[in-house]
Amino acid sequence: MTKHIRSYITCLAFTTTAFAQETIYPTPAQQKNIVLTNAIIHVGNGQVIEKGGIAFSNGKITALGASVTGGADAQVIDLQGQHIYPGIIAPATDLGLTEVESVRATNDYEEVGDLNPSVSAIVAYNTDSKVINTLRTNGILLAQIAPVGDLLSGSSSVVQLDAWNWEDAAYKTDDGEHFYMPKLLPPANPRGPLPPATDRVKDALDKVEQVRAFFREAKAYIQEEKHTETNLKFEALRKLFAKEQKLYIHCNIVKEMLLAVDIAREFGFNVAIVGGADSWQIADILKQNNIAVILEQPHSLPLMQDDDVAQPYKTAAQLQKAGVLFCISNEGFWQQRNLMFEAGTASAYGMTKEEALSAITLNTAKILGIDKTTGSLEVGKDANIAVSTGDILDMKTNHVTHAFIQGREVNLDNKHKQLYERYKYKYGLK
Amino acid sequence: MEHPSTIISDTGKLSRPVCVPTRVRSRRKTFIYLLLGGLLTAGYAKAQETFPVNGVADPREGCFAFTHATLVKDAGATLEDATLVIRDGRIISAGAGAAIPKDAVVIDCKGKYIYPSFVDLYSDYGTQPVKKTVQGFRAPPQFLSNTKGAFGWNQAIKSEVQAASVFNADEPKAKALRQAGFGAVLTHQQDGIARGTGALVTLAANRENKALIREKASAQYSFDKGSSTQNYPGSLMGCIALLRQTYLDAQWYKAHPYKEGTNLSLEAWNEEQGLPQVFEAADKWDVLRADKIGDEFGVQYIIKAAGNEYQRMPEMAATKASFILPLNFPAAMDVEDPNDARFVALSDMKHWELAPTEPAAFEKAGIPFCLTAAGLKDMKQFMTNVRKAIEYGLSEQKALEALTKVPAALIKADDKVGTLDAGKLANFLITSGPLFKENTVVFQNWVQGERYIINEDGWTDVRGTYTLNVNAGATYTLLVKGSPVAPSLSLLQQQDTLNGTIVLEGKLVRLSFPLAKRSTRTLRLSGVLTDNAWTGNGQDTSGNPVKWTAAFTKAFVPPADTAKHKAPQDLGKVYYPFTGYGWEVLPPPQDILIKNATVWTNETEGKLENTDVLVRNGKIAQIGKNLAVGNAHVIDGTGKHLTPGIIDEHSHIAISKGVNEGSQSVTSEVRIADVLNPDDINIYRQLSGGVTSSHLLHGSANTIGGQTQLVKLRWGADAEALKFANWDPFIKFALGENVKQANWGDAARVRFPQTRMGVDQVLTDAFTRARDYEKQGAGKRRDLELDALVEILNHKRFITCHSYVQSEINMLIHVADHFGFTVNTFTHILEGYKVADKMKKHGSGASTFADWWAYKMEVQDAMPYNATIMQRLGLTVAINSDDAEMARRLNQEAAKSITYGGMAEEDALKMVTLNPAKLLHIADRVGSIKAGKDADLVLWSDHPLSIYAKSEKTIVDGIVYFDRERDAVMQERIAAERNRLIQKMLGEKKRGAPVQKAVPTREDLWNCEDMEAGHQRSIIGGDDNQ
Repeated sequence: MTKHIRSYITCLAFTTTAFAQETIYPTPAQQKNIVLTNAIIHVGNGQVIEKGGIAFSNGKITALGASVTGGADAQVIDLQGQHIYPGIIAPATDLGLTEVESVRATNDYEEVGDLNPSVSAIVAYNTDSKVINTLRTNGILLAQIAPVGDLLSGSSSVVQLDAWNWEDAAYKTDDGEHFYMPKLLPPANPRGPLPPATDRVKDALDKVEQVRAFFREAKAYIQEEKHTETNLKFEALRKLFAKEQKLYIHCNIVKEMLLAVDIAREFGFNVAIVGGADSWQIADILKQNNIAVILEQPHSLPLMQDDDVAQPYKTAAQLQKAGVLFCISNEGFWQQRNLMFEAGTASAYGMTKEEALSAITLNTAKILGIDKTTGSLEVGKDANIAVSTGDILDMKTNHVTHAFIQGREVNLDNKHKQLYERYKYKYGLK
Repeated sequence: MEHPSTIISDTGKLSRPVCVPTRVRSRRKTFIYLLLGGLLTAGYAKAQETFPVNGVADPREGCFAFTHATLVKDAGATLEDATLVIRDGRIISAGAGAAIPKDAVVIDCKGKYIYPSFVDLYSDYGTQPVKKTVQGFRAPPQFLSNTKGAFGWNQAIKSEVQAASVFNADEPKAKALRQAGFGAVLTHQQDGIARGTGALVTLAANRENKALIREKASAQYSFDKGSSTQNYPGSLMGCIALLRQTYLDAQWYKAHPYKEGTNLSLEAWNEEQGLPQVFEAADKWDVLRADKIGDEFGVQYIIKAAGNEYQRMPEMAATKASFILPLNFPAAMDVEDPNDARFVALSDMKHWELAPTEPAAFEKAGIPFCLTAAGLKDMKQFMTNVRKAIEYGLSEQKALEALTKVPAALIKADDKVGTLDAGKLANFLITSGPLFKENTVVFQNWVQGERYIINEDGWTDVRGTYTLNVNAGATYTLLVKGSPVAPSLSLLQQQDTLNGTIVLEGKLVRLSFPLAKRSTRTLRLSGVLTDNAWTGNGQDTSGNPVKWTAAFTKAFVPPADTAKHKAPQDLGKVYYPFTGYGWEVLPPPQDILIKNATVWTNETEGKLENTDVLVRNGKIAQIGKNLAVGNAHVIDGTGKHLTPGIIDEHSHIAISKGVNEGSQSVTSEVRIADVLNPDDINIYRQLSGGVTSSHLLHGSANTIGGQTQLVKLRWGADAEALKFANWDPFIKFALGENVKQANWGDAARVRFPQTRMGVDQVLTDAFTRARDYEKQGAGKRRDLELDALVEILNHKRFITCHSYVQSEINMLIHVADHFGFTVNTFTHILEGYKVADKMKKHGSGASTFADWWAYKMEVQDAMPYNATIMQRLGLTVAINSDDAEMARRLNQEAAKSITYGGMAEEDALKMVTLNPAKLLHIADRVGSIKAGKDADLVLWSDHPLSIYAKSEKTIVDGIVYFDRERDAVMQERIAAERNRLIQKMLGEKKRGAPVQKAVPTREDLWNCEDMEAGHQRSIIGGDDNQ
């Protein structure tokens, strides 16, 4: 217990040094019409408008094209050839559920127990996390906040990244349930003295069956409206069975994914695979069964030493070619600010830049069920927009100058920029 | 402990062996004999002068003469029709004309072969099983040995253990070994790094007093700490360091230093140095590691190999060691399910195919070796696997030598065992024919003059043609054929051959057969075998009693041996390294001309467009426009970018079994150089990302970690050839949360330091001790830990220090200033920007991450502008990986500083090329493109700082180690070779050979904080951290 107290004290000490982060205010709702002109517009659906503009008012895009106007009192920003992108969406992250990975007190991403479908991530999402602003700075404007766990970890929600509290942040609440499938692979050749005591594959299969049995009971329960005793876990699954939610199945190897396909079939769920390291091997099957993939980060090592050294870089292009609906993800929370570079790599290895962009914008929106309002720059959608002086997918040129969430121009300052300024000041640097 | 019942079951059916093997009698009788035999065993057979006899003394000399045998005295001397005479457990004479003593029991061995029984040099027979412990590093630490008594400080140094003292004859195990052909084994307690002495024992079912024939026959070592519960050593490099230090300590202890008191471990160690030294290696690289230690201390180990040494035969030959080769070849895997096969690497499949070639490879290389049954789960597999090794190219002569003469000679026991010469122990095998032929039967294994029956049947070869006479009337012609062990019977009647049955039970025989075709009635005869005439009684087909005799008329001529000696076909090639992307032949250096590229020189010339670079003899020879081609191989660089190779200042790839010896706060004695793993696929993967040199660091689990090793990524080279020649040695230090174990759980609250205050004291104390140590005069105990620190004090070794927050950076600078040295490099250094002015003043450089933060408390103030600020303050700044994946994209990580802080492109590239070269004191050889420097180059498809750039060719010392086009060809080769081996394994399964489940291939990935065991991508490795 003393440990926790001490961590808490240390925590405080550090918080007090984080001086000015607190003055980075969320922006109020869009008042004025805004027009961005003289830009290269990457729509997000593959189209590029080489020189054009975009207008938005009341948070929605009103016009897009070679020449747009936003009315007489519109605020016009001449972008002088900069690039306009849809706000990037980070799927399946514990952003805001953790602040300091190694400090337990700051971790709110994983609950105890195997079957927690009623647990909802949104209520623990901390809009004041110092990490969030560092993501916005690179063009990430939305994120799907997902709980981690064994088996059914709970439901995720999509948030926008400029908010006073989680209610403000909620963009789509409880968009889906998360199922972490146990590994269907025996442990690697042990080097140590102890051979595994149990058959991990059998245990895993048993657990998968346990989840299916749980779903079967839930399904039966849901068919009856009235119950003398309410089962919150089953109640939490109503929207899933009604196909108003997705089931995100976290798994990576073929056998696991085949089971995921079968779970979708048995229960009629809308399923997306999260991970999908080996999804390239069964892309056709996934396509046939309408299974979407939230692909693990391309910046991963190949699973096996015999694999193409660039396999993880290429997987996205293989899914693209097979017509699978997929998006690209990144592990972790602070790491999300590199999500666009993950897409850049996918582009280097077989996709066009616009396809790679879709894989972190429109495709993500489709999988998360928010494509009606975001994911691409189309009239009627939310004005979730990032502006960069150069190619946003390349770290050499990613330099975000403006970002708008629902038409509000958000503050692009963050703790790091502030520290930078502080020490430039110390050393007298310009 | 005696095991009377089992002892007797194969020796004591009669109190002494008799000439002709007899079959077990009825159950009841056997039981009586068992009891009787038990008594006799205690009273007579194992009599020793000092042991009292309960009853009437029964002294016997056990004199036997084995006549008319083919006597294989050793692999080089086979005598036909020879006689072997033994008495009192020893050989009296062996030869063609050996005189037969009058009191000898004569055993006719006509048609039989006699061989020396086998000797196994690697056994734990008769010792206690070792209970290995697996400690999580989150358990409370144990700093000193738990062994009670006046022994050394480390529980893994068990030099005081003597196999002879712990030896207990273990008849079930002895029996299994005898049945495999062994007569004597060198046994030892297989526990610890120094394991004490081995004892040479026979496998006679005898009192330990007799079985133990050499009390101290060897000294035994390994790199495995075994049952030790002590934290140190927690890594392979720690094991090696401990071994090295113990050699030094033992030397020093010879003078009986007063302060040490009595140290029985060191005393025993010193006594054991004159014995044959046997080292158990856990893989081929361990062989070289062991041999290297041996070289340092003038010891030539006999090395117990692991089974994959064939993958590096030139290196094995260079050790000049003799080897003990195991025969536990892996079983084929069940790869029917392609989704299971997916996780078995080609290297494992190839190993399955090639493991049986190991003994042949040693024979071909002229390396002395013997064979061991160690590692076999089923001793019955032993002879099968010897034959398999022969099938795969081992000569029968070498095989026999490797089982007899060689092991005996290796431990200088050739006066006792190994050949059939007068004076040696009467340890020999009687077989039906040449030992290694598939259908040869081993009848008996005599050990110390005691007979042990391996196969009772077939001793007398009854096969032949007989004339059967029933009731002195009807005569029939009987044909007995088949094998001597399981003969078959048929009756020849006119044109018909009627099949019957023949059952032999010792000297008794039972025959039954029909007298006519399709007859359901049989003639049943029972009788006794007396040389060439059989006789007995029976019942005819009508049930009437009959008498019969059968007279031998003609010997059976067995058909020529038709067993196909299928020499294995289409074996795959050994790759260097032994992975799918290895070379079949290591590439030679080549002159290369890269034409018309954009050349990033990192020199004052800056970036040169449309420029040629000529590489000759592994060096950059010339830079210019339109250079003459000469004999050089031309690479078109049009539209491409050529940069110096990337140098990773902070890497943990290519390291075996642990990057952290985190068990103590100061472990400057451990060396990454000792544990390089040239097979690591990450070498190749990083070449594909343009990396040409990597600084391999100890982890950050303790304040003063271990000595580092700089390598060039010469894919295919062995450990020595990977090393970057003539570099200034470095050492890893660490500060902060890891070394104070802040995130290790509640058990880790014991080790000093637990605070940054303590870290300061660990450093101050260590350097104070080092300074005092340096001043000590002659006769001081050489301390490898302090030696390394003295090198730092004398500016001969340089520090790269894992560090995060400003207070600790400042603190280390103060410590260094106090002791008069400079901290060469701060690595990670995420708050370097806060004290960059102090670092500059002190003279340190920085090697950092581009944008990592938030993963722990001490990185809360990390920011991606760090590199830019430090660079602008004039520090030499590098961007490093500490991660096998990110290392493949260090150019991109460097590019982040263009975004974060607006660093110039050429400066950004320098952060992963020239600057790390400067930090590592090798900028005179690498890091820029300049005539005379090493040709470590990368040809990029695009702007090298762009996310879209791919390394097309990565060149080290003028050799193209990664080539994207060749890589595509190799992928096809991998696919083809995998498929070939999968089909071969399936064939194995189909024909009923034993198969094991497909086991995913392990791959170790390390980062700074890993303790003890590696972690694999969690998708594969998972929770099996052991």
